[in-house]
Amino acid sequence: MNNNELETIIGLEVHVELSTESKAFCRCSTKFGAPPNTQVCPVCLGLPGGLPVLNKKALEYAILAGLALNCQIAPSSRFDRKNYFYPDMPNAYQISQADHPVARNGYIDVNVNGHTRRIRINRVHLEEDAGKMIHSGDDIVAASSSLVDLNRAGVPLIEIVSEPDIRSPEEARQYLTQLKTILEYIGVSDCKMEEGSLRCDANLSIRPRGSTELGVKTEIKNMNSFRAVFRGLSFEEKRQRRALLSGQRIRQETRHWDEAQGLTVGMRTKEEVDDYRYFPEPNLPPVVIDSGWIKKIKASLPELPSAKIRRFIDDYDLPGYDAEVLTSSRPLADFFDECVQLFPDPKAVSNWIMSEVLRLLNVEGKEIQATPLKPKHVAKLLQLMQTGTISGRIAKDVFEETFHHGRDPEQIVNERGLVQISDAAELDSLVTQVVAENPNAVEDYRQGKDKALAFLVGQVMKVTRGKANPQLVNKLLKEKL
Amino acid sequence: MKLWDLSGHRLRNLLDQGELSAQELVEAFLTRQQNTEPALHAFVTTTGPQALAAAKEIDNARARGEKPGALAGIPMALKDNICTAGIKTTCSSKMLANYVPPYDATVVKSLRQAGSILTGKTNMDEFAMGSSTENSAFYPTRNPWDTSRVPGGSSGGSAAAVAAGQAVFALGSDTGGSIRQPAAFCSIVGFKPSYGRVSRFGLVAFASSLDQIGCFTKDVTDCAAVLNVICGRDEFDPTSVSAPVPDYSKFIGREIKGLRIGLPREFLQEGIQPAVREAILQAAQTFENLGAVVEETSLPKMKYAPAVYYVIAPAEASSNLGRFDGVRYGFRVPTSDLDSLYKKTRSQGFGPEVRRRIMIGTYVLTADNYKNLYQRAQQVRTLIIEEFEQAFSRYDLLLTPTSPAVPFKLGEKMDDPLQMYLMDVCTIPANLAGLPAISIPAGFSAGLPVGMQLMAKPWAEGTLLQAAYSFEQATDYHQRRPAIASGGVVGE
Ligand SMILES: [Zn+2]
Repeated sequence: MNNNELETIIGLEVHVELSTESKAFCRCSTKFGAPPNTQVCPVCLGLPGGLPVLNKKALEYAILAGLALNCQIAPSSRFDRKNYFYPDMPNAYQISQADHPVARNGYIDVNVNGHTRRIRINRVHLEEDAGKMIHSGDDIVAASSSLVDLNRAGVPLIEIVSEPDIRSPEEARQYLTQLKTILEYIGVSDCKMEEGSLRCDANLSIRPRGSTELGVKTEIKNMNSFRAVFRGLSFEEKRQRRALLSGQRIRQETRHWDEAQGLTVGMRTKEEVDDYRYFPEPNLPPVVIDSGWIKKIKASLPELPSAKIRRFIDDYDLPGYDAEVLTSSRPLADFFDECVQLFPDPKAVSNWIMSEVLRLLNVEGKEIQATPLKPKHVAKLLQLMQTGTISGRIAKDVFEETFHHGRDPEQIVNERGLVQISDAAELDSLVTQVVAENPNAVEDYRQGKDKALAFLVGQVMKVTRGKANPQLVNKLLKEKL
Repeated sequence: MKLWDLSGHRLRNLLDQGELSAQELVEAFLTRQQNTEPALHAFVTTTGPQALAAAKEIDNARARGEKPGALAGIPMALKDNICTAGIKTTCSSKMLANYVPPYDATVVKSLRQAGSILTGKTNMDEFAMGSSTENSAFYPTRNPWDTSRVPGGSSGGSAAAVAAGQAVFALGSDTGGSIRQPAAFCSIVGFKPSYGRVSRFGLVAFASSLDQIGCFTKDVTDCAAVLNVICGRDEFDPTSVSAPVPDYSKFIGREIKGLRIGLPREFLQEGIQPAVREAILQAAQTFENLGAVVEETSLPKMKYAPAVYYVIAPAEASSNLGRFDGVRYGFRVPTSDLDSLYKKTRSQGFGPEVRRRIMIGTYVLTADNYKNLYQRAQQVRTLIIEEFEQAFSRYDLLLTPTSPAVPFKLGEKMDDPLQMYLMDVCTIPANLAGLPAISIPAGFSAGLPVGMQLMAKPWAEGTLLQAAYSFEQATDYHQRRPAIASGGVVGE
């Protein structure tokens, strides 16, 4: 058997922190970055006598996510306790959902190399986060002391479990990207992997192509960025393939992605398998999710990326690539939509955003919503160009100022006297002057060198510091020559 | 006149008429507490100074003309598994021997608002696991009627305190009979409300689907007054219900003519002491004399109740007690690594009965046993609930003994957990079905109290009070007081 006859099977478990104001089962704030152990109460501290009260908003967000991921919402859902001891888990159990998750049987469509792949989603369930440990050594075993911050304990999470439908690390990355975009669109999470509000574990196995059985899988943890997911899975894929092709067996285990060394490492194995002793959380009555409520939440779903792409292509006549880029974040797509409202030439708006706006965002490392730039600015700029008030070159300069300081382009143009010179009489004398000063170029042109014309246009532009209307200059020069 | 012998409603009258100040009243109870405590050990923590200060405040408020709360100036005791801000809440465990909660349980808030004055936190079986209060990590509590005997459990301290006049009333918690059985052993009234009727927020959990806070009083009238304060919906307890709370005192004095009472024979068969059976049959006769219709009936599934209980309760307990790990608060054995910190802290911090139940509970929840033990127990629990529903379509109340036996001697059953577990055989079914139930004095056997239990359908607390009060008025058991003398140590 050779490498091409093997197939990679990947399933992802994604944990997403929900951006509710308060925790899943108490009223403590979920705000990120507060001093340790300041956002706590008897309930999330696991003090004796505390009782969990379900945050309805968290449940609503989980339902919203389920709907956005094309899932069926359970009419009745239940919480269970997952029991285990760890210092970041103050009750010694996590409230989670075992047999009756909020949502099941969904999918998302992912675009990989121009092909659409449907990745099925097994389930979406609601649970609570643990606290955070800070060790004085590498981990809790090596540490001489450890500290625990319970601010995060009890923050609502949804776990999104895919079916093993993913066939390559690249597909995994696309799935994650698409998932993140959808969750951001519906506003249930800020999905920041670096702050831990989106975390991803993966299961990977290899089998002979065409086989319907799954091979022995490993679970890969600690992949803390999209890049890490891609690199970690690529490493693990290669490792397993190489092992299988050389006749070795894969051991079922949990492996840790080491970002610095670029490899996965098997974790210490315990003799016994974890038994979490799941049982229904007796303090929380089963949650009845009535169809009226689901309908209401469904109605509140915004236009999702796939629908937006279709609309941008159909209604705005944009190329598929533009549509995809412009819908990669909801704020960007909204920005584009608003620009088109104000300046109804979608292609022109798209060109400007795809080139100038994205370029500057990239330089600044910012998202559109974090800048002072407003759709009216882009629309005004495009109008100034369309009416010939400024040239494209001036527009780029003006735009930098607008982008950084949120100033009205027209005002900048007026202040700096950047209005394009489109007065033929005014330009005529300048053209005459340039022709007189560049006899060589004039001679070249007359001998058929088109380049010389461009040079002469450039000279006029230079004299006018870019304000001359290039088309008019062109026309006048041709007349003169 | 011995103030501590009086019921709460009589004391309240004296306070209202200005014949007594709250300070005088509290002082009298604190003196009684000091005098009898060496013989009883009903308390883990006493709160005399705070009680006197609170009493003074009540008197001042009265003097200012403010309307006093429903229990203004009335001394109370709380079982030591009910959280009190700034006052130790130990669950009679080494694990929490020095634990001071930062918050008040919802019932404590309600009682303080009503003006009741805390005189102390009462002894109990560790984490409410037991039927004799001998499982306290500190010391056993003794029965005021005979100090060589147990007061019952797990709320034995609360029961002994009320019976001996150390408090006018007390709160306890009832997971399988922990209010009703000690009430029977101490010849007072013990009430377990419907599951969800009283907030559990701030009650240290034993078995969350069974636990319910309730009260001990000298008579049924006082019981209604306390229920009026502690019942009701609490937004901090998701299992508390919003069904309206009636004024329970309205049920006091209503006649019971035509009330249908079932007498299930399974509760009167083998294992029940003859004297207890005799007292219950006598009580049935009394109810008939009062105009009720008493009929023998059968509840065949009740025999499974103890087995079901001893799967579900330990399962929930094993999870609820996981938090006592030595990491954040409470007892800790310092070690060099995490695993041994857990192991040593938990094996030294918990007593033998608690460890036994944690082990049973852990066992029944493991993946291998979950289906056969835990889920099957839940299925049988459903059958028991259905059997009760059928019974309550025919009867307003069910009459049974509270305990199969009169109070036993200290140490008598400590070596035989199964014998001890059977002490709850009559009381467990009400917890499994979430029913309200009351235990009231039903006689004496050789000077030892016998209690009878009435159960009703959920939210029918009022019917229980109505019937219990009628019975109380037809008998004088509730007026008898144990002969424990002030000052001396009795029966050591
Ligand atoms: Zn909290």
